[in-house]
Amino acid sequence: MNEIGYVNFAFFGLCTLLMLVGGVITVAAKNPIRGAMGLMATIVGVAGMYLLLSAEFLAAVQIIVYAGAVVVLFLFVIMLLGPSATSAKDTRDWSARYLAAGVFLATSVGGMVLLFQSRLAGSAVTELGAAPRGLGTIEGVGHELFTTALVPFELSSALLLVAVVGAVAVARGKQPDPTMLPQASHDGVSPTEKKTAAKEGVS
Amino acid sequence: MNTIPLEYYLVVGAVLFTTGAVGFLLRRNLLVLLMSIELMLNGVNLTLVAYNRHYPVNHGGQVFAFFVIAVAAAEAAVGLAIVLSFFRLRKTVRSDEADLLRN
Repeated sequence: MNEIGYVNFAFFGLCTLLMLVGGVITVAAKNPIRGAMGLMATIVGVAGMYLLLSAEFLAAVQIIVYAGAVVVLFLFVIMLLGPSATSAKDTRDWSARYLAAGVFLATSVGGMVLLFQSRLAGSAVTELGAAPRGLGTIEGVGHELFTTALVPFELSSALLLVAVVGAVAVARGKQPDPTMLPQASHDGVSPTEKKTAAKEGVS
Repeated sequence: MNTIPLEYYLVVGAVLFTTGAVGFLLRRNLLVLLMSIELMLNGVNLTLVAYNRHYPVNHGGQVFAFFVIAVAAAEAAVGLAIVLSFFRLRKTVRSDEADLLRN
């Protein structure tokens, strides 16, 4: 193993550490703000892995979209909710949850042990050769995106538009639309008073 | 041996997915549940990109991971809007309390 190999392995180890520690913090932290910080560490670690896998464009997208937008959105909501974002310790119904999580954990750990025994023990690992030129660059991914994946790309723009409108519509709640209120008449009654009066009349 | 073998990435991605799934099953805070979903999506994305590096004829895996990121962003926005709306209704973010349709 030469020096580049050592540097690669050190970077891989650093990214793995960031990802797994961040993931455990995300899941286990009592305070959701700490959880969001763990999620940020995980995302940075995954972006480092993308760099190792010669997916430079995706690494940049990961940092911009996840660390820049999604985690900040989480932080906004956590701070909007204030102290009630931290839910108290719950005792009700714990056995089914722990049973489900234990079964899932045992299954996946068993699968990984089987993988280790079959592939990694005999040093029959799959070596990744040299990456071809242009793998993961903006040109390469963009060419793929605008030729073979054009229809899903356009559909994803529709998805994002629907998500924006839907998020606003759901989070906005029931607020009266000022344009739909009865016009302020000349009898000195404000529109809101008129509206409540009308509601009471209906009910 | 200059590069890291493929299986290492797959194991790390699987461990990340397992962390997210166990968190999703264990926790009862809606915000933590959404963050666990993000962890799982990141684990899957890592696997997709690693396989694309193993089979670098085209960019199929990376393009798929790109779409997964787009869907994850949309899901986070709508999910957090639902959490806000639910909080306005029940003054809590515990998923236990989401039983309006039970009876």
